[in-house]
Amino acid sequence: MNATNGKKHAEAHMSEFMDIITASNLTYGQKLIHLAQAAENCEHPIPTTPEFDWFFERDAICDMHEGNAPYRPRYICCDMERFARQGSDFLRLDAPDNLDDLLMNLQILYQNVPSVTGRPVYVGQLDRLFDPFLDGLSDEEILPRFKRFLNYIDRTVASGYCHANLGPEDTRAGRLLLQADAEVQNAVPNFTLKYEEGITPDDFARLALKTSMACANPAYANHRMHKHTYAAPVDGPADGYTVVSCYNVLPIRGGAYCLDRVKLSQLADLATSPEHLLNELLPNATGALLEYMDARIKFLVEDSNFFQTSFLAREGLIERERFVGMFGMIGMHECIEKLLGPGHVYGTDPEANDLADQIMTKMTNQVLAWDAPYSEIGNGRYMMHAQAGFGDQTSSTPGVRIRVGDEPEVFFDHLRHCARMHRFFKAGVSDIFPVEPTAAQNVDALLDVIKGAFAIDDTYLSFYPSDSDLVRITGFLVKRSEMEKFARGEAVLADTSHDGEGNWRANHLADRKVRLG
Amino acid sequence: MPSPLCLKGGTRMELFAPVNKVIPFSLVDGPGSRCSVFLQGCNIACAYCHNPETQNLCEECGLCVEQCPAGALYREGRHVRWNKDACVQCDTCIHVCPHKASPKIEWLTPSEVFAIVHSYQPFIRGITVSGGECMLHAHWMRELFALCREAGLGTLIDSNGCVPFEGHNDLLDVADGVMLDVKAWDEGTFAQLTSGDVRVVKRNLALLAERDKIEELRIVVVPGWNDPEATIAGIADVLDEKLAQTKLKLIRFRRFGVVGTLANADSPTDERMGELEALAREAGFGQVELR
Repeated sequence: MNATNGKKHAEAHMSEFMDIITASNLTYGQKLIHLAQAAENCEHPIPTTPEFDWFFERDAICDMHEGNAPYRPRYICCDMERFARQGSDFLRLDAPDNLDDLLMNLQILYQNVPSVTGRPVYVGQLDRLFDPFLDGLSDEEILPRFKRFLNYIDRTVASGYCHANLGPEDTRAGRLLLQADAEVQNAVPNFTLKYEEGITPDDFARLALKTSMACANPAYANHRMHKHTYAAPVDGPADGYTVVSCYNVLPIRGGAYCLDRVKLSQLADLATSPEHLLNELLPNATGALLEYMDARIKFLVEDSNFFQTSFLAREGLIERERFVGMFGMIGMHECIEKLLGPGHVYGTDPEANDLADQIMTKMTNQVLAWDAPYSEIGNGRYMMHAQAGFGDQTSSTPGVRIRVGDEPEVFFDHLRHCARMHRFFKAGVSDIFPVEPTAAQNVDALLDVIKGAFAIDDTYLSFYPSDSDLVRITGFLVKRSEMEKFARGEAVLADTSHDGEGNWRANHLADRKVRLG
Repeated sequence: MPSPLCLKGGTRMELFAPVNKVIPFSLVDGPGSRCSVFLQGCNIACAYCHNPETQNLCEECGLCVEQCPAGALYREGRHVRWNKDACVQCDTCIHVCPHKASPKIEWLTPSEVFAIVHSYQPFIRGITVSGGECMLHAHWMRELFALCREAGLGTLIDSNGCVPFEGHNDLLDVADGVMLDVKAWDEGTFAQLTSGDVRVVKRNLALLAERDKIEELRIVVVPGWNDPEATIAGIADVLDEKLAQTKLKLIRFRRFGVVGTLANADSPTDERMGELEALAREAGFGQVELR
């Protein structure tokens, strides 16, 4: 780098830093996070190949703005139940012997769990965590505690990517958490109910659905499909997985090193024909991204010292061997549109759907043939994830979803399409459906739909009432009222309201087809 | 128009019914997720009918053919025909029809309708056949329900109660239950509101209660036009000890879709509905729901 270039770089950085420092619509905490990322991005320790650079410059592959020098994994899924059993030497916390101690210990731990957002994306499988501590307490004593705890997470973590899990079993703690969540009407944490017919009683599922119709939470994961994805940790939860952020299915007591993605929507711009994409561009882009992921993960594991120094690893709340890299994709809808032209609408046209299937088959086979470093829990492989986007990104519909406005007329046809495309993604894929508010009076109908969809191997579903203040963007929840505030130039507590506001407008999410009408 | 009973395929007698539409999913036609089948043609004409275009079969007058902006209607001999693929669902035909009918119907066999509803499994738990008045096609419905039962689908009848269920035990054998309207109790009031005979409804009420086939009873409350207090008391009297297992739905009259005398009539107040709900609970209904 010569002197002039160096000065230009410094000036560019200064202006970026000053923009953050002087912003009027960011809170202090948000500025801190932005400044840290801008600083991290001054370093470039991860080597890239010419192929990677070529696709990256054309926006056909993307590093999700995770930062140039990863010093913590993207997503961390601590074994909170282990934490509840043993306390923490590092945090100087004894194992809790009552609910109040447990809640306080967790609040302290959350402050010390990093992620790509700087805050925890996973706060625990709360029903399993709390249930053993409820004996001797009445519902009236528990509910205010749960509500305070949920408000604490909402106001301190303040990121819609933060997630809690419930189920599949019916528990007293699960029921009270649902009741508390409906009352507090928060966007954080996002809740997933692990659902399996035969294990999750209808009565508990109905309560969950009533809650979804009251506060857009929880969403529903097909437990039957997910529970064998990862081996269970020693002395840990038998199902071995948890759902975090925008529906990433990850190993408990582990997590994800990184998430990188192929932007099929942009890759199609480079293609002269479907064959060109399938036989040249797709294998080359996939290969380039796989090599990049290797380098990223090696830096994190070998050079960043995260796993070597974090008390989370030392105390067994995470195990390096239970982390995986997520290989993501986005923009199938636009990719097919560009390859086949108008008249072949992805989601409804058989030729369009078959081509999508072919693309996913090819990409998945290549990813699953790659020897991934440090991916013991993935049997030496990266995990496929249908990435759902962020911010105000346009022209790329999330993962394999059908673009808003092109949804099939009949809801069931939509669900069949979802199930067909879900089969490629072991680390998460999802769909979002606004539903008629009157469905609250017939939650059995929603339950029938979930049972039907999960029976045909759909893996993940979420609903929100079409008139709700709490709405889902890519998967995360925000309040419409908060997005409106940010749009007026005001600072708001949860920074996912920033991502949500742009995305909501850019992708016409208010026009999602309302289902069950 | 084919006759309701005719030969199909040369060997088997197959029944046809005029199908107005099949809705893949309904939230309001019985428990859970259900597919609703609406048949064309009714034997009464309620003043508050929300789908007046389902009351009659096409008279072949052809007025709609001239008005269709999409060219989806045409004459074949003296018959009016509908080209489903060309139709843009603007409903002009329905608005111009002087006979409270629709040219947009299809005469379908039970197996043809079954193929449609079967394609919605596993997302639905059952089907509900409505109208018009579906009991005008009881034999057809029996065939359809038998096919549904075999496929594990639930079967409900949505009826105005003005066609006798007597003599239709074979239908009731394959039906899970009946969602029955009791539109008024006094004979004169009922006749004025519906042009029908409430004595048939009362006989059906007793018969269905006896066979444990009442899925729910419904009273639409229309201020000044019916007698919900007398209806609640009358039903309680007929059902007797079965009342505690019976669900009653009290439905507010809403003018949406209504034509004629009641097109601008008011809905009952919340207080009025609340009073009736309290009365029904006091009478001993197992479940009372306001809609």
